[in-house]
Amino acid sequence: MSPLYIAQNRQVAARELGGEMMIMSPRDSTLFSLNDVGTAIWQAADGATPLEEIVERKVCAEFDVDLAEALKDAESFVRELAGHGILRVSERPIKEEEASEN
Amino acid sequence: MNRLAAVTHELVIEIGEIPILVRTDSAEFARLLEERYGSYVTAAIPRSAGELEIELGWDQLDVADPEEGVRVRFDRGHWVMERGDLRGEWDAESRRGCVHQAVNPYSLDTVLRIVHSLILAREGGFLVHAASAVRKGRAFLFAGVSGAGKTTISRLAPPDVVLLTDEISYVRQVRIQNSGDGSKNEASLPPDAWNLTSAYEAFGTPFAGELARVGENVRAPVAALYLLAQGTENRTEPVSESDAARELLRHILFFAEDAELVRMLFQSAFDFVSRVPVRRLVFAPDARVWELIG
Repeated sequence: MSPLYIAQNRQVAARELGGEMMIMSPRDSTLFSLNDVGTAIWQAADGATPLEEIVERKVCAEFDVDLAEALKDAESFVRELAGHGILRVSERPIKEEEASEN
Repeated sequence: MNRLAAVTHELVIEIGEIPILVRTDSAEFARLLEERYGSYVTAAIPRSAGELEIELGWDQLDVADPEEGVRVRFDRGHWVMERGDLRGEWDAESRRGCVHQAVNPYSLDTVLRIVHSLILAREGGFLVHAASAVRKGRAFLFAGVSGAGKTTISRLAPPDVVLLTDEISYVRQVRIQNSGDGSKNEASLPPDAWNLTSAYEAFGTPFAGELARVGENVRAPVAALYLLAQGTENRTEPVSESDAARELLRHILFFAEDAELVRMLFQSAFDFVSRVPVRRLVFAPDARVWELIG
């Protein structure tokens, strides 16, 4: 299975407050409040690190969860955010200028 | 040609101290607007670059569903707003626009809310679904969705309270200039000349909810934002800053599908809750709730 890469859309409005990441979709103004795991994935979304590596290093190591299960949840999560224009998801590394494309 | 058709009627509708010059070739519609906007209609036509114009067309559009959400998008340098009963364009740079709308002053309400929200966003202000009122020179906002109690708390207000709106509150950031003698006034000099602070102020609006009453055309510094919740007793509860930001964002009027605008409003919300106390107000539908306010 091809690795997935994720990158933040730099055009979104995002702010961390009290350990919680709040992000507003530029597309439909939907507001997302990310928990610890979601925030860890969001912050690591640099376009160059495969999602599996992010989950292994940032999620499994920090939160003591099974990799396969965590990866499945993470894929569902990033695809939902991508649907609102918050993240970009690709099967190849994402360049910075591509990350903010609609 | 009928000479009357060549007459243009003008009136200035000023909300939040932002004037908008409205033109229509219908005397009857102009009268409707004067009645509708009352004390928000001024006689003077501003000469400054801040002057805003809206032209009303008289085309009959399909009034398919006036309650349907209005769509606002940025297209080739200007904003376009569309709904079953109106189609308008607005140039934020020149502050000029036009709208074709149904023969209904409430359609113009929608246009004005959109235009003002676009202007406010760039200044760090916003429109928010909230009642607001002034007591002892300070403004209090009461945010909530339909049915939360905005109109109820407005109706319960004692005589010393001045109502700004029971539906859509108007919040601006106002720069306060601290001069050396301790007096304060709104800043007009560059920041490096004075110690500047800014404050949030709430302004009266003509945007009424079920109270069906135009708010008083006054302004006051915002002392607190209350998040409304219905209950069996009156009390206030603390709210974390993240919850405050989340709730405020839920109630701010967002019209436009524009990333930059969304970012600006997002930042404004966070700035607001970091500087204005936010609490949850649980209240029973009785006037004693106002003992907790101000």
